[in-house]
Amino acid sequence: MSSTVFKGGVHPEDHKELTATMAVKVMKTPEKVVIPLQQHIGAPCEPLESIEVGTEVKKGQKIAESGGFVSAPIHASVSGKVTAIGPYNHPLGRPVEAITIESDGQDQWDESIKPPGNPDSLTPENIRNIVREAGIVGLGGATFPAHVKLSPPAEKKIDVVVINGAECEPYLTADHRVMLEQSEEIVFGLKMMIKALGAERGVIGIEDNKADAIKVMEQAVAEEENITVAPLHTRYPQGAEKMLIQVTTGRIVPSGGLPLEVGVVNHNVGTAVAMTSAIREGKPLIERVLTATGSGINRPANLLVRVGTLVSEVIETCGGMKENTLKLIIGGPMMGIAQLNPDIPVIKGTSGILALTDEDIHLAESSPCIRCAKCVDVCPVYLMPTSIAQASEHGLYKRAEKLNAMDCFECGCCAYICPSKIPLVQWIRIGKAEITKAKNKQ
Amino acid sequence: MEMEKKLVVSSSPHIRHIDSIQSVMTDVLIALFPVALMAVLLFGYQALVTMVIAVATAMLVEALWLRKRDIYSDGSAAVTGLLFAMVLPPSPPWWLVVIGSASAIIIGKQVFGGIGYNIFNPALVGRAVVLVSWGGYMAGNIWSMPQPFAFGADISAVTGATALAAPEEALQYSLTQLFIGNIPGSLGETSALALLIGGIWLFYKGHIDWRIPCGYIGTVFLIGAAFGGGFYENHLLTGLFHVLAGGVMLGAIFMATDMVTSPVTPNGKLIFGIGCGLITMLIRIWGVLPEGVTYAILLMNALTPIIDNFTVPKQFGGVKRSA
Repeated sequence: MSSTVFKGGVHPEDHKELTATMAVKVMKTPEKVVIPLQQHIGAPCEPLESIEVGTEVKKGQKIAESGGFVSAPIHASVSGKVTAIGPYNHPLGRPVEAITIESDGQDQWDESIKPPGNPDSLTPENIRNIVREAGIVGLGGATFPAHVKLSPPAEKKIDVVVINGAECEPYLTADHRVMLEQSEEIVFGLKMMIKALGAERGVIGIEDNKADAIKVMEQAVAEEENITVAPLHTRYPQGAEKMLIQVTTGRIVPSGGLPLEVGVVNHNVGTAVAMTSAIREGKPLIERVLTATGSGINRPANLLVRVGTLVSEVIETCGGMKENTLKLIIGGPMMGIAQLNPDIPVIKGTSGILALTDEDIHLAESSPCIRCAKCVDVCPVYLMPTSIAQASEHGLYKRAEKLNAMDCFECGCCAYICPSKIPLVQWIRIGKAEITKAKNKQ
Repeated sequence: MEMEKKLVVSSSPHIRHIDSIQSVMTDVLIALFPVALMAVLLFGYQALVTMVIAVATAMLVEALWLRKRDIYSDGSAAVTGLLFAMVLPPSPPWWLVVIGSASAIIIGKQVFGGIGYNIFNPALVGRAVVLVSWGGYMAGNIWSMPQPFAFGADISAVTGATALAAPEEALQYSLTQLFIGNIPGSLGETSALALLIGGIWLFYKGHIDWRIPCGYIGTVFLIGAAFGGGFYENHLLTGLFHVLAGGVMLGAIFMATDMVTSPVTPNGKLIFGIGCGLITMLIRIWGVLPEGVTYAILLMNALTPIIDNFTVPKQFGGVKRSA
């Protein structure tokens, strides 16, 4: 019932060989962490009243939260003393309120951190609360609060949970290593999601360039009756939720709609592991696995890093950045965000730190569109990127909207493939922003 | 941290495919190589001279127009020049080649704003210009007969009629001859074999979509079989005859697929190809001219923006919205 490939997409050189075989190393506890209060989609957190400059905190202690439902609380990732509360550089570009903690070197867990009880006796409601309290967000990079996706409206029946192990972004291997090293935790997390949602089955989608991970995960689910592993064709953006759901379940998420409308909820493999450690040990999300890689990193590695660790320190751990590094990117090369400098913290959604040198980055000037239609062919949601970009460039936002600009999820395939080097997705982003602005005005 | 000064900040994606306009155009030139080689094997040195003049003129005129020193530049002028040579008789007068090739670049392309902005296929515009101006050199029933492997021969010494001139002329050429290209005709149109090899290369490189050539050739075959009168042994073979004779293969693989002047949507491409086939056959069977490829493609070029507008694909998960 499921097709093995989606239509469109591209296949860039993946460069995963740089780190694919390297086991995850635990990065040494940083002397200082800077923990932004906005690490998720939704309402930003406020520091708890008890947290001020000078307050002593323990590892795992909640330090900030928000009253909103679509939000996730934030926890101290080291034990030590709060030394500053104020705006700090943030990977999304604009400075954000952050709590700086200087480590006392003890790395002591807060007393509140203890197993919440026998997992078998937990109710769906219990699971949702644990996940929410642990501050878990989508670790694939979207950072959508995980408990929200476990709380669908009552009238929406969810029957399938899809776990995203596609890791279709070039260079990144964090999810790959997590699948190899924590397969049991992934399966346990998935079973908890199935339980919380009252779903019937789970599917773990993995691109077939990770044959070892497919094998390990198949072994891990061998005893499970309602969980399968789906080997997927290697093609970017296979990990985009609409594409992933199409190839793993055969269901088409409607335009402008959410996966839950076709009875599906999807989570990243890292999110499943984070849920497992929250449910089994009561540990909040204070660290994550990321890949520090690229031609500009001297010793690429997969690292388990505390939230709030400065990117500059991660890079130092990896032997520093090369002189001819041209771009520092948080995330992958297709959708990641270029940074002005490495003085930014690792946040919950940081899946990769990528440094690319002038050998990989070719800053070409764009030429006129030759209407080769390659962008139309690669668009995974069947848009006409060249036409939308042109409309956007000329300020014709109504036309851009008519051409379904709002369906674009900015995977960047169009700009990647364009032989004229036109910043297509960039123009479409501008168009989308203007369309939203006009909508909000009405 | 002096390094941070050098970091470039721009929005994603941060990597780009290696293809550029120049590499795409170079691939088209590579695809035309078997066609050009076949032309030289069949029509000798005169075909080579015609191609060299056409390409050199196109590149020179474009470089002068744009005041660029880089004569190859994005490669598009060379492609236009070579394609223009392909639709000429094998040994036209040199001045006709120069005027046609210059017209292709100036009237066909640059007056619209250069690469990407032209409405009509530039090479075919060049052909249309010389066709209406010096038709005596371009049409008629007297064409040079190919003299395979006689590089130095004067091919104008032996002449014959093209296969499309009249049904009774058609029968003197076998389907094998039509496929290999050992028949009178334009320099690059006679060998379906060479054109197919070029087409497969372009398809392999992802520069052409199957819809335009298949739509075009399929339509020509069907109409040829249904309305061709069955003069070539039977109806099916008459359909095949119409595909192999004249400029359909060259037009379908290299002209109608011109990126700038054809639709970008999948359905649009199919409609475009079918339209080209339809007009070609209207002209061939019911029109006064023996051949209609040039005008068929030029007419469809004009319809391209409309076709694109009416064939916007339904987006992923798209439903008919009730407003």
